[in-house]
Amino acid sequence: MSIFKLTAAALLLTAAAARAEGPGLGQPLDAAEIPFYATYVKPDGTGLPAGSGTAAEGAEIYAAKCASCHGKTGSEGPVMPPVGPNDVWAKPAGRYWPYATTLFDYIRRAMPLEAPKSLSDDEAYALAAYILERNGVIEAETAMTAETLPAVKMPNHGNFLDVWAKQGAKPW
Amino acid sequence: MTRSDIDGAALEYAAGGGLLSRRMLLASAAAGTAAGLALPKAARAEAKIPEWSKTAGARARGYGMPAAAESAVQRAIIEPWQDVAPAFSLSGTPHHRLRGTITPSGLHFEVHHGGRPDIDPARHRLMLHGLVERPLHFSLEALERYPMVTATHFLECAGNSLFNAVMPEPMQAGCDMLHGLLSNTEWTGIPMAVLMEEAGVRPEGKWVVAAGADGPSLARSIPMEKLMSDGMLALYQNGERLRPEQGYPMRLLLPGFEGNMNIKWLTSLWVTEAPVHTKDESGEYTEILADGSSVQFTFAMGVKSFITHPSSTMTMSGPGFYEISGLAWTGAGKVAKVEVSADGGQSWAEAALAGPVRPQALTRFSLPWHWDGSPLVLMSRATDETGAVQPARADWKARYHASNFLHYNAIQPWQITAEGAVQNVYL
Repeated sequence: MSIFKLTAAALLLTAAAARAEGPGLGQPLDAAEIPFYATYVKPDGTGLPAGSGTAAEGAEIYAAKCASCHGKTGSEGPVMPPVGPNDVWAKPAGRYWPYATTLFDYIRRAMPLEAPKSLSDDEAYALAAYILERNGVIEAETAMTAETLPAVKMPNHGNFLDVWAKQGAKPW
Repeated sequence: MTRSDIDGAALEYAAGGGLLSRRMLLASAAAGTAAGLALPKAARAEAKIPEWSKTAGARARGYGMPAAAESAVQRAIIEPWQDVAPAFSLSGTPHHRLRGTITPSGLHFEVHHGGRPDIDPARHRLMLHGLVERPLHFSLEALERYPMVTATHFLECAGNSLFNAVMPEPMQAGCDMLHGLLSNTEWTGIPMAVLMEEAGVRPEGKWVVAAGADGPSLARSIPMEKLMSDGMLALYQNGERLRPEQGYPMRLLLPGFEGNMNIKWLTSLWVTEAPVHTKDESGEYTEILADGSSVQFTFAMGVKSFITHPSSTMTMSGPGFYEISGLAWTGAGKVAKVEVSADGGQSWAEAALAGPVRPQALTRFSLPWHWDGSPLVLMSRATDETGAVQPARADWKARYHASNFLHYNAIQPWQITAEGAVQNVYL
């Protein structure tokens, strides 16, 4: 083996060691094997699937699957009512959260509590539309889709201070 | 002679209300030994021998249990919506029944937003994907072969002590209810940096969205900087595999950060360029300030302490000698100092810290005390190595909107009545 080849081999070994101090037992992950809940819909709408839902459609689903926890119209509770203002929860999702995209993702991955991931994409869009309409954030006839949902301007959007950006790990 | 018989007039006081010099610890221990030697010989000969000393005991067993007489030492269960949403459940560590600093695994607090999943470890896997050179997945069997590290760290729910934060009158309950969403564990697992480097994080990958395999797939955005500095994939707690309540077979551990970010039943780490504003970081784990604005990404827990012995729901067993003992911690590193007051904050004496004082870990403090039987208020006040001091309740309340119950770290006063009852009070 030439000096050049030896040097090249040594460099390769060093690069491998720097890359991982562990035994390197991870297996290649195919994109098709990643379930939807391993990502999150981003505020700009990245990750939103095709589909559509209106507040009227959402009202029916809400009454059947959500009202028992969040209240008849979304503001009664007992559990964290998403419509505000209300007397139960100071942070109603449809009014307090900075981005509307969070509504779709959370509903699709986690709701209803006893049967998470059971809703279709259209149902999740419809429920997001219902909550946003009940909060006066969108018009009743506006369907929520991959295009319209990230365009919704949330009323509390500009009212947050990012403490991590301001002071890192120093407690607030 | 008992410790309670020590002549109060001869004691060396450190502050008002009967707080004693820390030297008192050694002096009283020596007195106890001398008293033991002085027992008359006749008393020993006539002592009744208990039945358990006169029979053969039980055989060995495969997994130990607490003594039967200790069966009442349980976590306090809190179900805020037990009728409609029982899966949203919590349980609090009974700190007033424990000493030392390590929380027994079976008494570590829980907060489940969607219940505790029953996971088959053979089918569970960890995925690492997004802005990485090599998306990877790991089986538990593969992860078991990685080099592991061990570290002792506290976990505290951001909502710990919520009743003191928001209830108009102080709730009379034990430390399990009042401050139980806090525990301390020796964790063993794989440094997250080892796994991240194996996948090869791209330069634009500044955040990681971690998600659990539970029903709601709880997710949080975590700064890459934190993950790479001391983040751990925890597989063991206190030497044994994680309990299901703590994320079996694997969880994320982020020392000093609010409990909710330490994702249990971890199944996915998705590298992104920015936080994605999940439900928990948009709504539940943000704090509304007094002016109506909110703070978000308030990850690290503040400096805090409380006295566990004596504490509310306990009853004093008469005037005399006691050791005041409690727990202190900070998300900012190490506890630097704990002061104790036995006169409602008029005077303070520095407590002894049991070493080693570890970063982002519970530290036990203690101070000898002579209670003269009169009513008074006990308090503890911690200072951390950054100089941050635990605030009074009124100062903490003034910062936040009345509804806020997160990151409550105010001083805990315990009132002792003339009858010896220990009660939760606001000062």
